[in-house]
Amino acid sequence: MTVNPLVCVKRVVDSSSEVVLTEDGQGVDGRFAGFTTSAHEECAVELAVRVAADQGGGATVVTLGDADAVEQLRSALAVGCTAATHVLADAQSFGPADVARELAAVVRDHEAAGTPHELVLLGNDAADSGDHQVGIRLAHELGWPVVNGVSTVSVSGGEVTASGAGPDGHETYRVPLPAVVTILEGGVEPRYPTVPGRMKAKKAPIEERRPAADPVGPSRVRLVLPPPSPSSVEVLGEGAAAAPAVVDLFERLGVLAR
Amino acid sequence: MIVVLVEVSPAGEAVETSREAITFARDLAAAGGGIPIDVVVVGEPDDALVKVLASYGVRRIHALTGPAFEAFSGAAWATGVEHVRASAGAVVVMASGTPRGNEVLAHLGARAGVPMAANVVSFGGLSPFTVTRQVVGGSALEEMQLSQRPALFTVAGHAVEARPADVSGTGELVVEMPDVPAADLVARVVSTEEPEPDLSGTLKSAKVVVGAGRGAGSAGGFDDLLELVDLLDASLGVSRVVTSLGWRPHHEQVGQTGSRISPDLYIPCGISGAIQHWAGCSTAKAILAINTDPDAPMVTKATHAVIGDLHEVVPAINAEIRRRRG
Ligand SMILES: Cc1cc2nc3c(=O)[nH]c(=O)nc-3n(C[C@H](O)[C@H](O)[C@H](O)COP(=O)(O)OP(=O)(O)OC[C@H]3O[C@@H](n4cnc5c(N)ncnc54)[C@H](O)[C@@H]3O)c2cc1C
Repeated sequence: MTVNPLVCVKRVVDSSSEVVLTEDGQGVDGRFAGFTTSAHEECAVELAVRVAADQGGGATVVTLGDADAVEQLRSALAVGCTAATHVLADAQSFGPADVARELAAVVRDHEAAGTPHELVLLGNDAADSGDHQVGIRLAHELGWPVVNGVSTVSVSGGEVTASGAGPDGHETYRVPLPAVVTILEGGVEPRYPTVPGRMKAKKAPIEERRPAADPVGPSRVRLVLPPPSPSSVEVLGEGAAAAPAVVDLFERLGVLAR
Repeated sequence: MIVVLVEVSPAGEAVETSREAITFARDLAAAGGGIPIDVVVVGEPDDALVKVLASYGVRRIHALTGPAFEAFSGAAWATGVEHVRASAGAVVVMASGTPRGNEVLAHLGARAGVPMAANVVSFGGLSPFTVTRQVVGGSALEEMQLSQRPALFTVAGHAVEARPADVSGTGELVVEMPDVPAADLVARVVSTEEPEPDLSGTLKSAKVVVGAGRGAGSAGGFDDLLELVDLLDASLGVSRVVTSLGWRPHHEQVGQTGSRISPDLYIPCGISGAIQHWAGCSTAKAILAINTDPDAPMVTKATHAVIGDLHEVVPAINAEIRRRRG
Protein backbone atom coordinates (compact mmCIF):
# COMPACT_ATOMS: atom_id res chain seq x y z
CA MET A 1 0.00 0.00 0.00
CA THR A 2 1.45 3.37 -0.96
CA VAL A 3 0.90 6.28 1.36
CA ASN A 4 0.55 9.83 0.07
CA PRO A 5 0.72 12.14 3.05
CA LEU A 6 -0.71 15.64 2.99
CA VAL A 7 1.29 18.15 5.00
CA CYS A 8 -0.20 21.52 5.98
CA VAL A 9 2.03 24.57 6.35
CA LYS A 10 1.44 28.19 7.23
CA ARG A 11 3.30 31.34 6.26
CA VAL A 12 3.99 33.23 9.49
CA VAL A 13 5.89 36.35 10.47
CA ASP A 14 9.33 35.71 11.82
CA SER A 15 8.63 36.45 15.47
CA SER A 16 12.28 36.97 16.35
CA SER A 17 11.98 40.43 14.79
CA GLU A 18 9.93 43.22 16.32
CA VAL A 19 6.22 42.68 15.84
CA VAL A 20 4.28 45.59 14.32
CA LEU A 21 0.49 45.49 14.16
CA THR A 22 -1.70 46.71 11.32
CA GLU A 23 -3.53 49.97 12.00
CA ASP A 24 -6.88 48.28 12.55
CA GLY A 25 -5.28 45.91 15.06
CA GLN A 26 -6.56 42.92 13.12
CA GLY A 27 -3.24 41.46 12.16
CA VAL A 28 0.54 41.65 12.16
CA ASP A 29 1.97 44.10 9.68
CA GLY A 30 4.30 41.97 7.64
CA ARG A 31 5.89 44.79 5.68
CA PHE A 32 8.83 45.08 8.06
CA ALA A 33 9.13 41.48 9.16
CA GLY A 34 10.56 38.48 7.46
CA PHE A 35 8.33 35.49 6.81
CA THR A 36 8.90 31.86 7.44
CA THR A 37 7.16 28.50 7.81
CA SER A 38 6.19 27.58 11.38
CA ALA A 39 9.01 25.55 12.95
CA HIS A 40 6.71 22.66 13.86
CA GLU A 41 5.58 22.48 10.23
CA GLU A 42 9.11 22.40 8.83
CA CYS A 43 9.48 19.20 10.85
CA ALA A 44 6.07 17.98 9.62
CA VAL A 45 7.26 18.48 6.02
CA GLU A 46 10.41 16.48 6.72
CA LEU A 47 8.36 13.66 8.26
CA ALA A 48 5.89 13.68 5.35
CA VAL A 49 8.72 13.42 2.83
CA ARG A 50 10.26 10.51 4.77
CA VAL A 51 6.95 8.65 5.06
CA ALA A 52 6.29 9.10 1.32
CA ALA A 53 9.78 7.84 0.42
CA ASP A 54 9.34 4.88 2.74
CA GLN A 55 5.92 3.92 1.44
CA GLY A 56 6.47 4.57 -2.26
CA GLY A 57 4.07 7.52 -2.37
CA GLY A 58 4.32 11.26 -2.78
CA ALA A 59 3.91 14.04 -0.22
CA THR A 60 1.56 16.90 -1.07
CA VAL A 61 1.97 20.23 0.69
CA VAL A 62 -1.00 22.53 1.21
CA THR A 63 -1.34 26.05 2.53
CA LEU A 64 -4.17 28.48 3.01
CA GLY A 65 -2.86 31.97 2.51
CA ASP A 66 -2.43 34.93 0.19
CA ALA A 67 -0.42 34.85 -3.04
CA ASP A 68 2.92 35.26 -1.17
CA ALA A 69 2.36 32.00 0.69
CA VAL A 70 3.42 30.23 -2.51
CA GLU A 71 6.94 30.74 -1.14
CA GLN A 72 6.16 28.30 1.69
CA LEU A 73 4.84 25.77 -0.83
CA ARG A 74 7.96 26.08 -2.98
CA SER A 75 10.19 25.62 0.08
CA ALA A 76 8.41 22.35 0.82
CA LEU A 77 8.65 21.27 -2.84
CA ALA A 78 12.38 22.03 -2.72
CA VAL A 79 12.90 19.54 0.09
CA GLY A 80 10.96 16.68 -1.44
CA CYS A 81 7.22 17.29 -1.55
CA THR A 82 5.97 16.25 -4.99
CA ALA A 83 2.72 18.22 -5.27
CA ALA A 84 1.34 21.45 -3.86
CA THR A 85 -2.09 22.94 -3.29
CA HIS A 86 -2.69 26.60 -2.59
CA VAL A 87 -6.00 27.69 -1.10
CA LEU A 88 -5.83 31.35 -2.04
CA ALA A 89 -7.34 33.33 0.81
CA ASP A 90 -6.61 36.00 3.36
CA ALA A 91 -5.49 33.72 6.20
CA GLN A 92 -6.16 36.45 8.75
CA SER A 93 -9.90 36.29 8.20
CA PHE A 94 -9.94 32.51 8.68
CA GLY A 95 -10.35 31.13 12.18
CA PRO A 96 -9.14 27.64 13.15
CA ALA A 97 -12.52 26.06 12.36
CA ASP A 98 -12.50 27.71 8.91
CA VAL A 99 -9.01 26.45 8.14
CA ALA A 100 -9.89 22.94 9.28
CA ARG A 101 -12.96 22.93 7.03
CA GLU A 102 -10.92 24.09 4.03
CA LEU A 103 -8.26 21.44 4.63
CA ALA A 104 -10.95 18.78 4.90
CA ALA A 105 -12.33 19.95 1.54
CA VAL A 106 -8.87 19.52 0.00
CA VAL A 107 -8.57 16.00 1.44
CA ARG A 108 -12.01 15.03 0.09
CA ASP A 109 -11.45 16.57 -3.35
CA HIS A 110 -8.05 14.91 -3.74
CA GLU A 111 -9.55 11.58 -2.80
CA ALA A 112 -12.32 12.06 -5.37
CA ALA A 113 -9.64 12.91 -7.95
CA GLY A 114 -7.81 9.66 -7.23
CA THR A 115 -5.10 10.78 -4.78
CA PRO A 116 -6.27 9.85 -1.31
CA HIS A 117 -4.21 11.15 1.60
CA GLU A 118 -4.14 8.41 4.18
CA LEU A 119 -2.17 10.57 6.57
CA VAL A 120 -2.37 14.30 7.22
CA LEU A 121 0.44 16.00 9.12
CA LEU A 122 0.17 19.51 10.59
CA GLY A 123 2.05 21.61 13.10
CA ASN A 124 0.77 21.24 16.64
CA ASP A 125 0.29 25.02 16.75
CA ALA A 126 1.20 27.82 14.36
CA ALA A 127 3.93 30.22 15.45
CA ASP A 128 1.66 33.24 14.95
CA SER A 129 -1.87 32.34 16.03
CA GLY A 130 -0.87 29.56 18.46
CA ASP A 131 -4.40 28.16 18.31
CA HIS A 132 -3.51 24.51 19.09
CA GLN A 133 -6.62 23.14 17.38
CA VAL A 134 -6.58 23.09 13.57
CA GLY A 135 -5.38 19.46 13.44
CA ILE A 136 -7.96 18.28 15.92
CA ARG A 137 -10.78 20.17 14.21
CA LEU A 138 -9.67 18.71 10.86
CA ALA A 139 -9.76 15.18 12.31
CA HIS A 140 -13.30 15.82 13.55
CA GLU A 141 -14.34 17.11 10.12
CA LEU A 142 -12.98 13.93 8.51
CA GLY A 143 -14.06 11.56 11.27
CA TRP A 144 -10.47 10.31 11.59
CA PRO A 145 -8.43 9.63 14.73
CA VAL A 146 -5.87 12.27 15.71
CA VAL A 147 -2.58 12.07 17.55
CA ASN A 148 -1.38 15.36 18.91
CA GLY A 149 1.98 16.93 19.68
CA VAL A 150 4.36 14.15 18.66
CA SER A 151 7.77 14.53 17.07
CA THR A 152 8.42 11.26 15.27
CA VAL A 153 6.18 9.43 12.80
CA SER A 154 6.56 6.20 10.84
CA VAL A 155 4.11 4.16 8.82
CA SER A 156 3.98 0.43 8.32
CA GLY A 157 1.24 -2.10 7.59
CA GLY A 158 -1.51 0.49 7.41
CA GLU A 159 -0.65 1.89 10.82
CA VAL A 160 1.10 5.03 11.91
CA THR A 161 3.39 4.92 14.92
CA ALA A 162 4.02 8.31 16.45
CA SER A 163 5.89 9.32 19.55
CA GLY A 164 6.96 12.33 21.53
CA ALA A 165 7.55 13.76 24.96
CA GLY A 166 4.59 13.51 27.33
CA PRO A 167 4.24 14.80 30.87
CA ASP A 168 5.19 11.41 32.34
CA GLY A 169 7.80 10.27 29.83
CA HIS A 170 8.24 9.45 26.16
CA GLU A 171 4.85 8.39 24.78
CA THR A 172 4.07 6.20 21.78
CA TYR A 173 0.79 5.96 19.86
CA ARG A 174 -0.14 3.38 17.20
CA VAL A 175 -3.14 4.30 15.08
CA PRO A 176 -4.70 2.78 11.95
CA LEU A 177 -4.74 4.91 8.81
CA PRO A 178 -6.30 7.20 7.76
CA ALA A 179 -5.24 9.52 10.57
CA VAL A 180 -4.29 13.08 11.41
CA VAL A 181 -1.06 13.72 13.34
CA THR A 182 0.14 17.07 14.66
CA ILE A 183 3.86 17.62 15.00
CA LEU A 184 6.07 19.38 17.51
CA GLU A 185 9.59 20.29 16.47
CA GLY A 186 12.46 18.34 17.95
CA GLY A 187 12.16 14.81 16.55
CA VAL A 188 13.77 15.37 13.16
CA GLU A 189 16.16 17.80 11.58
CA PRO A 190 14.48 19.40 8.53
CA ARG A 191 16.77 19.00 5.53
CA TYR A 192 18.14 21.89 3.52
CA PRO A 193 17.05 22.18 -0.10
CA THR A 194 19.62 21.20 -2.70
CA VAL A 195 20.23 23.48 -5.70
CA PRO A 196 18.50 21.06 -8.12
CA GLY A 197 15.69 20.74 -5.57
CA ARG A 198 15.24 24.48 -5.56
CA MET A 199 15.31 24.69 -9.35
CA LYS A 200 12.70 21.97 -9.66
CA ALA A 201 10.49 23.63 -7.04
CA LYS A 202 10.55 26.91 -8.95
CA LYS A 203 8.95 25.31 -11.97
CA ALA A 204 6.64 22.84 -10.22
CA PRO A 205 2.93 23.29 -10.99
CA ILE A 206 0.77 24.36 -8.08
CA GLU A 207 -2.90 23.55 -7.76
CA GLU A 208 -4.71 26.79 -6.98
CA ARG A 209 -8.16 26.80 -5.48
CA ARG A 210 -10.59 29.15 -3.81
CA PRO A 211 -12.02 28.52 -0.36
CA ALA A 212 -14.93 26.10 -0.38
CA ALA A 213 -16.95 28.26 2.02
CA ASP A 214 -17.00 31.77 3.44
CA PRO A 215 -15.06 32.03 6.67
CA VAL A 216 -16.80 32.58 9.97
CA GLY A 217 -13.58 34.25 11.05
CA PRO A 218 -11.53 34.12 14.22
CA SER A 219 -13.19 35.27 17.45
CA ARG A 220 -10.75 38.15 17.48
CA VAL A 221 -11.67 41.55 18.82
CA ARG A 222 -8.24 42.97 18.15
CA LEU A 223 -4.54 42.43 18.62
CA VAL A 224 -2.58 44.59 21.03
CA LEU A 225 1.07 44.79 21.93
CA PRO A 226 2.07 44.02 25.50
CA PRO A 227 3.05 47.15 27.41
CA PRO A 228 6.79 47.78 27.09
CA SER A 229 8.53 47.07 30.35
CA PRO A 230 10.13 50.21 31.76
CA SER A 231 13.78 49.67 30.97
CA SER A 232 16.23 50.44 33.72
CA VAL A 233 19.07 48.39 32.35
CA GLU A 234 22.59 49.46 33.27
CA VAL A 235 24.85 48.85 30.29
CA LEU A 236 28.24 47.85 31.63
CA GLY A 237 30.02 48.29 28.33
CA GLU A 238 30.66 46.77 24.95
CA GLY A 239 32.64 43.69 24.01
CA ALA A 240 35.61 42.32 25.90
CA ALA A 241 36.36 45.76 27.35
CA ALA A 242 33.36 45.36 29.65
CA ALA A 243 34.96 42.46 31.55
CA PRO A 244 36.34 44.48 34.51
CA ALA A 245 32.96 46.16 35.04
CA VAL A 246 31.28 42.74 34.93
CA VAL A 247 33.61 41.29 37.51
CA ASP A 248 33.09 44.40 39.68
CA LEU A 249 29.37 43.62 39.50
CA PHE A 250 30.03 40.00 40.51
CA GLU A 251 31.96 41.27 43.52
CA ARG A 252 29.22 43.73 44.43
CA LEU A 253 26.59 40.99 44.26
CA GLY A 254 28.85 38.64 46.20
CA VAL A 255 28.57 35.85 43.62
CA LEU A 256 32.26 35.39 42.94
CA ALA A 257 33.21 32.04 44.43
CA ARG A 258 36.48 32.30 46.29
CA MET B 1 -20.37 27.01 37.07
CA ILE B 2 -16.75 26.65 35.98
CA VAL B 3 -15.09 23.31 35.31
CA VAL B 4 -11.30 23.11 35.40
CA LEU B 5 -9.34 20.13 34.07
CA VAL B 6 -6.57 19.44 36.58
CA GLU B 7 -3.49 17.46 35.60
CA VAL B 8 -1.95 15.18 38.19
CA SER B 9 1.75 14.27 38.30
CA PRO B 10 2.88 10.63 38.55
CA ALA B 11 3.48 11.36 42.25
CA GLY B 12 -0.23 12.16 42.60
CA GLU B 13 0.07 15.93 42.97
CA ALA B 14 -1.83 18.66 41.11
CA VAL B 15 0.75 20.17 38.75
CA GLU B 16 1.62 23.84 39.25
CA THR B 17 0.08 25.03 35.97
CA SER B 18 -3.22 23.38 36.94
CA ARG B 19 -3.15 25.11 40.33
CA GLU B 20 -2.51 28.34 38.43
CA ALA B 21 -5.58 27.61 36.27
CA ILE B 22 -7.75 27.10 39.38
CA THR B 23 -6.41 30.37 40.80
CA PHE B 24 -7.38 32.07 37.53
CA ALA B 25 -10.81 30.39 37.69
CA ARG B 26 -11.30 31.77 41.19
CA ASP B 27 -10.76 35.33 39.98
CA LEU B 28 -13.22 34.69 37.18
CA ALA B 29 -15.73 33.13 39.60
CA ALA B 30 -15.43 36.12 41.93
CA ALA B 31 -16.02 38.54 39.04
CA GLY B 32 -19.11 36.49 38.19
CA GLY B 33 -20.51 36.87 41.70
CA GLY B 34 -19.10 33.74 43.30
CA ILE B 35 -19.88 30.97 40.82
CA PRO B 36 -18.72 27.55 42.10
CA ILE B 37 -15.63 25.83 40.72
CA ASP B 38 -15.55 22.08 40.08
CA VAL B 39 -12.47 20.27 38.86
CA VAL B 40 -11.96 17.11 36.83
CA VAL B 41 -9.03 14.77 37.50
CA VAL B 42 -8.23 11.52 35.74
CA GLY B 43 -7.82 8.63 38.18
CA GLU B 44 -8.80 8.58 41.84
CA PRO B 45 -7.08 11.28 43.87
CA ASP B 46 -5.64 10.46 47.29
CA ASP B 47 -6.65 12.35 50.45
CA ALA B 48 -3.71 14.73 50.21
CA LEU B 49 -4.70 15.82 46.69
CA VAL B 50 -8.35 16.24 47.70
CA LYS B 51 -7.19 18.45 50.56
CA VAL B 52 -4.99 20.59 48.33
CA LEU B 53 -7.76 21.04 45.78
CA ALA B 54 -10.22 21.98 48.53
CA SER B 55 -7.70 24.54 49.80
CA TYR B 56 -7.82 26.10 46.33
CA GLY B 57 -11.52 26.78 46.82
CA VAL B 58 -12.82 23.83 44.79
CA ARG B 59 -16.39 22.74 45.44
CA ARG B 60 -16.37 19.29 43.86
CA ILE B 61 -13.66 17.01 42.49
CA HIS B 62 -14.89 14.76 39.69
CA ALA B 63 -12.56 11.75 39.32
CA LEU B 64 -12.73 10.01 35.94
CA THR B 65 -12.11 6.30 36.39
CA GLY B 66 -12.45 3.07 34.44
CA PRO B 67 -10.44 1.31 31.72
CA ALA B 68 -10.99 4.16 29.20
CA PHE B 69 -8.86 6.44 31.35
CA GLU B 70 -5.96 4.11 32.06
CA ALA B 71 -3.88 5.29 29.10
CA PHE B 72 -4.05 8.85 27.80
CA SER B 73 -6.39 9.61 24.92
CA GLY B 74 -7.28 13.23 24.21
CA ALA B 75 -10.67 12.24 22.81
CA ALA B 76 -11.56 10.08 25.84
CA TRP B 77 -10.51 12.79 28.28
CA ALA B 78 -12.68 15.23 26.33
CA THR B 79 -15.65 12.86 26.63
CA GLY B 80 -15.05 12.65 30.39
CA VAL B 81 -14.77 16.42 30.80
CA GLU B 82 -17.87 16.96 28.65
CA HIS B 83 -19.79 14.46 30.79
CA VAL B 84 -18.96 16.49 33.90
CA ARG B 85 -19.66 19.81 32.17
CA ALA B 86 -23.05 18.70 30.88
CA SER B 87 -24.22 17.13 34.15
CA ALA B 88 -23.13 20.19 36.12
CA GLY B 89 -24.43 22.64 33.52
CA ALA B 90 -21.11 24.50 33.42
CA VAL B 91 -20.79 27.45 31.07
CA VAL B 92 -16.99 27.75 31.26
CA VAL B 93 -14.44 24.96 30.83
CA MET B 94 -10.80 25.69 31.51
CA ALA B 95 -7.47 23.87 31.54
CA SER B 96 -3.85 24.90 31.75
CA GLY B 97 -2.08 25.74 28.49
CA THR B 98 -0.10 22.50 28.54
CA PRO B 99 -0.08 19.98 25.68
CA ARG B 100 -2.78 17.93 27.47
CA GLY B 101 -4.89 20.97 28.36
CA ASN B 102 -4.85 22.42 24.85
CA GLU B 103 -5.51 19.03 23.27
CA VAL B 104 -8.49 18.12 25.41
CA LEU B 105 -10.14 21.53 25.08
CA ALA B 106 -9.56 21.54 21.31
CA HIS B 107 -11.53 18.28 21.12
CA LEU B 108 -14.33 19.89 23.13
CA GLY B 109 -14.31 22.92 20.84
CA ALA B 110 -14.41 20.77 17.71
CA ARG B 111 -17.29 18.67 19.05
CA ALA B 112 -19.38 21.61 20.24
CA GLY B 113 -18.50 23.77 17.22
CA VAL B 114 -17.42 26.62 19.47
CA PRO B 115 -14.14 28.56 19.62
CA MET B 116 -11.34 27.65 22.02
CA ALA B 117 -8.84 30.22 23.20
CA ALA B 118 -5.35 28.90 23.94
CA ASN B 119 -2.87 30.52 26.32
CA VAL B 120 -5.08 33.11 27.97
CA VAL B 121 -3.38 35.55 30.33
CA SER B 122 -6.34 37.59 31.59
CA PHE B 123 -10.05 38.16 31.14
CA GLY B 124 -11.36 41.49 30.01
CA GLY B 125 -15.03 41.39 30.87
CA LEU B 126 -17.87 38.97 31.40
CA SER B 127 -20.51 40.39 29.07
CA PRO B 128 -19.42 39.96 26.43
CA PHE B 129 -17.02 37.34 27.77
CA THR B 130 -13.62 38.57 26.58
CA VAL B 131 -10.22 37.01 27.20
CA THR B 132 -6.73 38.14 26.29
CA ARG B 133 -4.26 35.53 25.11
CA GLN B 134 -0.68 35.29 23.95
CA VAL B 135 -0.04 35.07 20.22
CA VAL B 136 3.11 35.31 18.06
CA GLY B 137 5.09 33.57 20.77
CA GLY B 138 3.96 36.15 23.31
CA SER B 139 5.12 39.15 21.26
CA ALA B 140 1.50 40.21 20.84
CA LEU B 141 -1.77 39.71 22.67
CA GLU B 142 -5.15 38.90 21.16
CA GLU B 143 -8.43 39.99 22.67
CA MET B 144 -10.94 37.32 21.86
CA GLN B 145 -14.66 37.07 22.46
CA LEU B 146 -16.02 33.78 23.73
CA SER B 147 -19.71 34.51 23.42
CA GLN B 148 -20.81 30.95 22.61
CA ARG B 149 -21.34 28.38 25.34
CA PRO B 150 -19.48 26.60 26.67
CA ALA B 151 -16.65 29.14 26.77
CA LEU B 152 -13.43 27.14 26.40
CA PHE B 153 -9.96 28.38 27.19
CA THR B 154 -6.56 27.36 28.48
CA VAL B 155 -4.42 29.50 30.78
CA ALA B 156 -0.84 30.31 29.74
CA GLY B 157 1.83 28.95 32.07
CA HIS B 158 2.71 31.40 34.84
CA ALA B 159 0.09 33.97 33.75
CA VAL B 160 -0.97 33.99 37.40
CA GLU B 161 0.73 32.71 40.51
CA ALA B 162 -0.79 29.58 42.03
CA ARG B 163 -2.15 30.41 45.49
CA PRO B 164 -4.65 28.67 47.79
CA ALA B 165 -7.97 30.42 48.42
CA ASP B 166 -8.73 32.53 51.48
CA VAL B 167 -11.66 30.24 52.16
CA SER B 168 -11.41 26.51 51.40
CA GLY B 169 -14.02 24.83 49.23
CA THR B 170 -15.90 21.73 50.29
CA GLY B 171 -13.75 19.54 48.04
CA GLU B 172 -16.39 16.80 47.78
CA LEU B 173 -15.09 13.79 45.84
CA VAL B 174 -17.37 12.43 43.10
CA VAL B 175 -16.17 9.31 41.29
CA GLU B 176 -17.40 9.22 37.68
CA MET B 177 -17.34 6.40 35.12
CA PRO B 178 -18.67 8.00 31.96
CA ASP B 179 -19.35 5.95 28.84
CA VAL B 180 -16.53 6.40 26.36
CA PRO B 181 -17.18 5.40 22.73
CA ALA B 182 -14.65 3.00 21.19
CA ALA B 183 -13.74 5.62 18.57
CA ASP B 184 -12.24 7.77 21.35
CA LEU B 185 -9.77 5.03 22.18
CA VAL B 186 -8.32 4.50 18.71
CA ALA B 187 -5.64 7.16 19.29
CA ARG B 188 -4.28 6.51 22.72
CA VAL B 189 -0.90 6.07 24.30
CA VAL B 190 0.28 2.48 23.90
CA SER B 191 3.51 2.83 25.84
CA THR B 192 5.30 5.36 28.00
CA GLU B 193 9.00 5.17 28.61
CA GLU B 194 10.31 6.34 31.93
CA PRO B 195 11.44 9.92 31.78
CA GLU B 196 15.10 10.59 32.32
CA PRO B 197 15.88 11.13 35.99
CA ASP B 198 15.26 14.74 37.04
CA LEU B 199 18.66 16.32 36.70
CA SER B 200 17.33 19.87 36.86
CA GLY B 201 17.45 20.05 40.66
CA THR B 202 20.75 21.91 40.87
CA LEU B 203 19.64 24.35 38.17
CA LYS B 204 16.43 25.20 40.02
CA SER B 205 18.25 25.88 43.29
CA ALA B 206 21.43 27.52 41.93
CA LYS B 207 22.37 30.97 43.24
CA VAL B 208 23.96 31.87 39.91
CA VAL B 209 22.86 30.57 36.51
CA VAL B 210 24.78 31.15 33.29
CA GLY B 211 22.34 31.01 30.38
CA ALA B 212 23.12 30.11 26.78
CA GLY B 213 20.99 30.49 23.69
CA ARG B 214 21.32 30.26 19.93
CA GLY B 215 24.18 32.76 20.21
CA ALA B 216 26.39 29.93 21.47
CA GLY B 217 26.52 28.98 17.79
CA SER B 218 27.00 25.21 18.00
CA ALA B 219 27.25 22.27 20.36
CA GLY B 220 30.98 23.01 20.50
CA GLY B 221 30.40 26.65 21.47
CA PHE B 222 29.94 26.09 25.20
CA ASP B 223 33.53 25.81 26.45
CA ASP B 224 33.89 29.40 27.66
CA LEU B 225 30.37 29.38 29.09
CA LEU B 226 31.12 26.20 31.02
CA GLU B 227 34.32 27.73 32.32
CA LEU B 228 32.31 30.71 33.60
CA VAL B 229 29.88 28.25 35.23
CA ASP B 230 32.85 26.70 36.95
CA LEU B 231 34.40 30.00 38.04
CA LEU B 232 31.12 31.21 39.54
CA ASP B 233 30.16 27.82 40.98
CA ALA B 234 27.00 28.29 38.93
CA SER B 235 24.64 26.10 36.86
CA LEU B 236 24.12 26.19 33.10
CA GLY B 237 20.59 27.00 31.84
CA VAL B 238 19.72 27.10 28.13
CA SER B 239 16.98 28.25 25.78
CA ARG B 240 14.70 25.87 23.93
CA VAL B 241 16.52 26.47 20.65
CA VAL B 242 19.60 24.96 22.28
CA THR B 243 17.78 21.83 23.43
CA SER B 244 15.82 21.42 20.17
CA LEU B 245 19.05 21.59 18.22
CA GLY B 246 20.42 18.90 20.50
CA TRP B 247 23.34 21.06 21.68
CA ARG B 248 22.49 20.49 25.34
CA PRO B 249 20.11 18.14 27.22
CA HIS B 250 16.51 19.12 27.94
CA HIS B 251 16.92 19.18 31.73
CA GLU B 252 19.02 22.32 31.29
CA GLN B 253 16.18 24.24 29.61
CA VAL B 254 14.83 27.32 31.34
CA GLY B 255 11.34 28.61 30.59
CA GLN B 256 7.70 27.81 30.19
CA THR B 257 8.44 24.25 29.09
CA GLY B 258 11.65 24.00 31.08
CA SER B 259 12.70 24.86 34.62
CA ARG B 260 11.68 27.98 36.45
CA ILE B 261 14.66 29.55 38.16
CA SER B 262 15.03 32.33 40.74
CA PRO B 263 18.78 32.78 41.22
CA ASP B 264 20.48 35.80 42.76
CA LEU B 265 22.05 36.40 39.34
CA TYR B 266 21.10 35.10 35.90
CA ILE B 267 23.57 35.68 33.05
CA PRO B 268 21.74 34.97 29.76
CA CYS B 269 24.29 34.91 26.92
CA GLY B 270 23.02 34.99 23.33
CA ILE B 271 19.38 34.55 24.44
CA SER B 272 16.78 36.84 22.86
CA GLY B 273 14.39 36.76 25.81
CA ALA B 274 11.28 35.35 24.12
CA ILE B 275 8.32 35.40 26.47
CA GLN B 276 8.43 31.63 26.96
CA HIS B 277 12.02 31.87 28.13
CA TRP B 278 11.29 34.95 30.23
CA ALA B 279 8.51 33.01 32.00
CA GLY B 280 11.22 30.84 33.54
CA CYS B 281 13.70 33.49 34.64
CA SER B 282 11.74 36.66 35.37
CA THR B 283 12.02 36.17 39.11
CA ALA B 284 15.85 36.27 39.12
CA LYS B 285 17.02 39.00 41.50
CA ALA B 286 19.49 40.42 38.96
CA ILE B 287 19.97 39.70 35.27
CA LEU B 288 23.15 40.41 33.31
CA ALA B 289 22.37 40.01 29.61
CA ILE B 290 25.21 39.47 27.15
CA ASN B 291 23.97 39.97 23.61
CA THR B 292 25.10 41.46 20.31
CA ASP B 293 21.70 43.12 19.90
CA PRO B 294 21.09 46.11 22.23
CA ASP B 295 17.36 45.91 21.43
CA ALA B 296 16.89 42.22 22.26
CA PRO B 297 14.05 41.89 24.80
CA MET B 298 16.41 40.15 27.20
CA VAL B 299 18.69 43.21 27.16
CA THR B 300 15.93 45.75 27.65
CA LYS B 301 14.38 43.74 30.49
CA ALA B 302 17.69 42.98 32.24
CA THR B 303 19.13 44.87 35.19
CA HIS B 304 22.61 44.89 33.60
CA ALA B 305 23.88 44.27 30.10
CA VAL B 306 27.01 43.94 28.02
CA ILE B 307 26.59 44.50 24.31
CA GLY B 308 28.84 42.21 22.35
CA ASP B 309 29.67 38.77 21.04
CA LEU B 310 29.53 36.25 23.85
CA HIS B 311 32.53 34.46 22.33
CA GLU B 312 34.59 37.61 23.03
CA VAL B 313 32.90 38.84 26.21
CA VAL B 314 32.77 35.56 28.16
CA PRO B 315 36.47 34.63 27.70
CA ALA B 316 37.40 38.17 28.75
CA ILE B 317 35.29 37.84 31.91
CA ASN B 318 36.85 34.46 32.66
CA ALA B 319 40.32 35.93 32.20
CA GLU B 320 39.48 38.88 34.45
CA ILE B 321 38.22 36.57 37.21
CA ARG B 322 41.37 34.45 36.95
CA ARG B 323 43.54 37.59 36.97
CA ARG B 324 41.89 38.97 40.12
CA ARG B 325 42.30 35.62 41.84
CA GLY B 326 46.00 35.84 41.06
C1 LIG C 1 4.78 26.70 23.23
C2 LIG C 1 6.19 27.19 23.29
C3 LIG C 1 6.94 26.94 24.43
C4 LIG C 1 8.26 27.39 24.52
N1 LIG C 1 8.99 27.15 25.65
C5 LIG C 1 10.23 27.66 25.76
C6 LIG C 1 11.01 27.48 26.94
O1 LIG C 1 10.61 26.84 27.91
N2 LIG C 1 12.25 28.02 26.98
C7 LIG C 1 12.77 28.73 25.95
O2 LIG C 1 13.91 29.21 26.05
N3 LIG C 1 12.07 28.91 24.82
C8 LIG C 1 10.82 28.38 24.70
N4 LIG C 1 10.14 28.56 23.54
C9 LIG C 1 10.85 29.12 22.37
C10 LIG C 1 10.94 30.62 22.40
O3 LIG C 1 9.78 31.17 21.78
C11 LIG C 1 12.16 31.09 21.60
O4 LIG C 1 12.12 30.56 20.30
C12 LIG C 1 13.50 30.69 22.22
O5 LIG C 1 13.53 31.00 23.60
C13 LIG C 1 14.58 31.46 21.51
O6 LIG C 1 15.83 30.97 21.92
P1 LIG C 1 17.13 31.86 21.80
O7 LIG C 1 16.91 33.13 22.55
O8 LIG C 1 18.28 31.02 22.19
O9 LIG C 1 17.25 32.10 20.23
P2 LIG C 1 16.94 33.40 19.34
O10 LIG C 1 15.59 33.91 19.58
O11 LIG C 1 17.35 33.03 17.98
O12 LIG C 1 17.93 34.50 19.90
C14 LIG C 1 19.31 34.43 19.82
C15 LIG C 1 19.84 35.69 20.48
O13 LIG C 1 21.25 35.62 20.52
C16 LIG C 1 21.82 36.85 20.10
N5 LIG C 1 23.12 36.46 19.54
C17 LIG C 1 23.39 35.79 18.39
N6 LIG C 1 24.70 35.56 18.26
C18 LIG C 1 25.29 36.07 19.38
C19 LIG C 1 26.63 36.11 19.85
N7 LIG C 1 27.65 35.56 19.15
N8 LIG C 1 26.88 36.72 21.03
C20 LIG C 1 25.85 37.27 21.74
N9 LIG C 1 24.57 37.25 21.34
C21 LIG C 1 24.29 36.64 20.18
C22 LIG C 1 20.85 37.44 19.12
O14 LIG C 1 20.98 38.85 19.10
C23 LIG C 1 19.50 36.99 19.74
O15 LIG C 1 19.03 37.96 20.68
C24 LIG C 1 8.83 28.11 23.43
C25 LIG C 1 8.06 28.36 22.31
C26 LIG C 1 6.76 27.92 22.22
C27 LIG C 1 5.97 28.23 20.97
